[in-house]
Amino acid sequence: MIEKSADRFTPSGLAALRRSGGWRPRSHPTYLAFLVHRLSGLALALFLPVHFWALSHAITGEAALEGFLRWTDNAFLKTSETALVILLAAHLAGGLRVLALEFLGWRAPQKTLVAASAGVSLAAGLLFLLNAG
Amino acid sequence: MTRGTHLWIAQRVTAMILATAVVVHLITIILAVRGGLSAAEIIGRTRGSEAWLIFYAVFALAAGLHGAIGLRGIAAEWLGWRGRMFDAAWLVLGLLTATFGIRAALGLYAA
Repeated sequence: MIEKSADRFTPSGLAALRRSGGWRPRSHPTYLAFLVHRLSGLALALFLPVHFWALSHAITGEAALEGFLRWTDNAFLKTSETALVILLAAHLAGGLRVLALEFLGWRAPQKTLVAASAGVSLAAGLLFLLNAG
Repeated sequence: MTRGTHLWIAQRVTAMILATAVVVHLITIILAVRGGLSAAEIIGRTRGSEAWLIFYAVFALAAGLHGAIGLRGIAAEWLGWRGRMFDAAWLVLGLLTATFGIRAALGLYAA
């Protein structure tokens, strides 16, 4: 199977496809990187309006914010927060990879970039977990 | 320039802003949760700080628009949701998200 791995808004579609990894088999690491970037972005974009809405209602003073923070003190929400930190770091790392490919022309070390993206996101999640305890 | 080109530029410009903002945000989160989150600690950092207000306002605007453009692309590709009505809906969602974020930033500034 072949899958498109470039942004569909690129003005020069074929050139962008070539720069960002082009058409790759689904088993290729760059396809996995594309999929992680797409799915983490989707999750974050759906979460963001709810996150901002909740914060805009919670931050009406120190007591209200403290009450909101204590409400989030449970295992389910802590696990969700860790997952969101990992998703955010993964999307950031994947986005930096896309920007490097598109604007800096970093084509050769793509597998290294993919591995670095995964490393950055896992490290951020681990750091969050270690500190949140 | 076509609408697609405008959106591509907007997506990349917001991505560049977010690349910096998310790094700052992740570092702030990891530092803030050490020893447990507290409202006093967060508000002590942000109350009356124009720098944090501007940072969070720009962050919220960039995130709202970046997310809406991303959702627009996925919805067009996976669900076939295309056209001016859908574009208007995504723009409203992006600006509404940004507004909530800026309102939260104002709350942190004025708390």
